[in-house]
Amino acid sequence: MTIFSLYILSKSGGLIYQHDHNLPTIENEKTFSFPLELKLDVQNRNVMVSFGQRDGIKVGHMLVAINGMKVTGQQLDDGRDALQVLQDEANYPINLKFARPRLTTNEKIFQASMFYPLYALACQLSPEPRSSGIEVLEADNFRMNCFQTLTGVKFMVISDPKQSGVDALLHRVYELYADFALKNPFYSLEMPIRCELFDEHLKTALEQAERPGFSNV
Amino acid sequence: MTIYNLYIFDRDGQMLYYGEWTRKKQSGMSREEEAKLMYGMIFSIKSFVTKMSPVDLREGYLTYCTNKYRLHLFETPSRIKFVLNTDVGAQGIKELLHQIYTQVYVEYVSFNPMCPLNKPIESELFAAKLDEVVRQSPAYASRPA
Repeated sequence: MTIFSLYILSKSGGLIYQHDHNLPTIENEKTFSFPLELKLDVQNRNVMVSFGQRDGIKVGHMLVAINGMKVTGQQLDDGRDALQVLQDEANYPINLKFARPRLTTNEKIFQASMFYPLYALACQLSPEPRSSGIEVLEADNFRMNCFQTLTGVKFMVISDPKQSGVDALLHRVYELYADFALKNPFYSLEMPIRCELFDEHLKTALEQAERPGFSNV
Repeated sequence: MTIYNLYIFDRDGQMLYYGEWTRKKQSGMSREEEAKLMYGMIFSIKSFVTKMSPVDLREGYLTYCTNKYRLHLFETPSRIKFVLNTDVGAQGIKELLHQIYTQVYVEYVSFNPMCPLNKPIESELFAAKLDEVVRQSPAYASRPA
């Protein structure tokens, strides 16, 4: 049972708080011989796998290390270009490490504002009258619960599909938001939440929710 | 338990088929406009889900629910998309969509020499078989409106 991350969106759709609670690291290491079976491309200044997924290395994974040496963007730590190293036959056999890329802060803000129109479209395309927007979005290996308050603030929790008590957790987070963000005289509405007490209580609430046998706070 | 409607899209986003059973509210626009909006929504949801997912995704099936209905999206390896709307409590829809694909779409469209693959489906046999499969499924129990 895991809770991966939490997002809070203001009523105008902007991201005002984000917390990664328990994100798994997906890394794969493998030794390759000369003609590299993977097709690599540069996307967003990172070296990504674009074709030929195998042994847990999937399309969209990012190259993070060559022979144990870290790759930042396209560059190795000793200043060599990663793609040039990979093209040179003399460097083989070579050990490559790939990882699933994490969202950057910019991407998080971008994705969070993407959710707003999806929520509205889900109401419009409803086959039943008076439907709400998306409340639960479920894929094969994660689930996203969304709770919209009467004032239009959205709380989103991304968790394992087997995680229970997410609804109770969302209400608890709403309570914490009201108690520690809204009642804070230094907090202004629609602005990112930077309150230490809120952070602390939120962390406790998430940890409690992950414990098995949790029913309500 | 009920099934509202079904959309089938090809890989370019063209609507191949639309079927309706117990839909209660129309979206207030033409069918083509609605299909474009629906395809736009599932396209964005798919990209949103791939980005937001903390783990690697197995492709093919995803669902969301609101307080009134649940939308199921099943995508075949050839990128044909089946979108089915049911009520919130419907069970076993993944299997139903898989059955619609293998036993109805493949049998009566892919194997049918008279059905062009990238044109809207006009075969009456397909429509009849689809209706039969949907009406027989446990998730479909007609409710008086």
